[in-house]
Amino acid sequence: MSKRTPLYAQHISLDAKMVEFAGFEMPLEYSGIIDEHHAVRNAAGLFDVSHMSQIECRGRDSALLLQYLTVNDVAALVDGKAHYSLLLNERGGIIDDIIVYRHAADHYLLVVNAGNADTDWHWLLGHQQGDVTLTNRSGTSALLALQGPNAEEILQPGTTSDLKALKSFHSVRTTVQGLPVVIARTGYTGEAGFELSMDGSDSPKCWQWLIDTGSSRGLKPCGLGARDTLRLEMGYRLHGHDMNDKTTPWEAQLGWVVKLGKRDFCGRAALVAQQAEGCKRLLVAFKMVDVGIPRETYPIISQRKPVGYVTSGTHSPSLRKGIGLGYVPPKLAAEGTKFSIDIRGKERLAEVVALPFYEK
Amino acid sequence: MEVPDDLKYTKEHEWVKSDGHIATVGITAYAQEQLGDIVYLEFPEEGEAIGKGDACGVVESVKAVSDIYTPVSGEVVEINDVLKESSETVNEDPYGEGWLFRVEMSNPEEIDELLDCKAYQAYIKEEEA
Repeated sequence: MSKRTPLYAQHISLDAKMVEFAGFEMPLEYSGIIDEHHAVRNAAGLFDVSHMSQIECRGRDSALLLQYLTVNDVAALVDGKAHYSLLLNERGGIIDDIIVYRHAADHYLLVVNAGNADTDWHWLLGHQQGDVTLTNRSGTSALLALQGPNAEEILQPGTTSDLKALKSFHSVRTTVQGLPVVIARTGYTGEAGFELSMDGSDSPKCWQWLIDTGSSRGLKPCGLGARDTLRLEMGYRLHGHDMNDKTTPWEAQLGWVVKLGKRDFCGRAALVAQQAEGCKRLLVAFKMVDVGIPRETYPIISQRKPVGYVTSGTHSPSLRKGIGLGYVPPKLAAEGTKFSIDIRGKERLAEVVALPFYEK
Repeated sequence: MEVPDDLKYTKEHEWVKSDGHIATVGITAYAQEQLGDIVYLEFPEEGEAIGKGDACGVVESVKAVSDIYTPVSGEVVEINDVLKESSETVNEDPYGEGWLFRVEMSNPEEIDELLDCKAYQAYIKEEEA
């Protein structure tokens, strides 16, 4: 039986096309993926991402635990600041990619992928030690993403906090239309915008206010379909597709997240070893030169031989072209390298490009 | 959901309009709605001989890839080329400007084996349940 977010009734009343995703009944699209995609790039979009799970970590030794279980440097966080990070297993494989928020020195919040929520929860529990209390807050709160160039002017009248002063990856505990909300300047679209975390029971009111006040500024409700095309145009990896517990941060080209200089962390030894040996495969971004749309699992072909596979692919609404991510041997990973994608038995030419695919 | 009564249908959600000799083929309003924004099409070749039920083309939306199966056998005499530059027409006008290809039928009786509009409507209801 699929779970529903606190905004299920809103999606139905907006006539969304619903799909099952990570055990939740989620909106795939409302007005259409391409229309919603352009709304976010040019005006604003509102997403229900309440399926994302939240794990709270409280206690004096919270930082110690997170420093060991995540690759980014938790010591670099201050109250109200967040960063992107990874949970690794001992082999250096990526268990999940997450956002770590520091609310206070003894209070952190992890936002994790819905599909990995149980795995992450048990992984954290299994390493819990010292003065640390973990709470699985999945299912009680709602998370909205308000994204796009008009996001700030839409949200500002609803809150007393000065959004201009809220910097990227910072959050503020405040109110929206009188409801208690944590506003963070984060997102998964490449556009300016916010993520709003609140009690599930308050979320329908907040959602409705944003829809009503935002529609005159081009705001549209957006589903998982547009979320995927928007993130892929930026080259943001999707766990379970572009990386998993058998791919390392070096292979997934997420080395910038890994702070080897901090104290020991889970998976560090494996990463140091792989750094010395070199990777056998690397994630690359490619754009189709020929017509055609690359899709997940399609083989990547070089000199008539399969050399890798596509992990994410779509039609880019902004570029009106097929784009994708995939793994190839390092010698084929340099920008400008050409290889083919096997699209239903036909070889179609593609070229490695720098990320992001799309820039304003 | 629009299901014109002068067309015949398949369970793969193609429609056919026949003048007894030439059959025009497209995908139904229900099919385009299920697929969402259509962004890419692959057609059979003009002059190609195709047999009833053959996968002879592809419709791709942003999210999904779907084969097109020809509802009738014969020779492809025309494809709707303009869709290569405006595939969204299939979403906007699936029974009109969004037609896909025309077949000179080798066995026009095949048309009689297809679903009429009532049977197709009943079939969609079943699928949705």
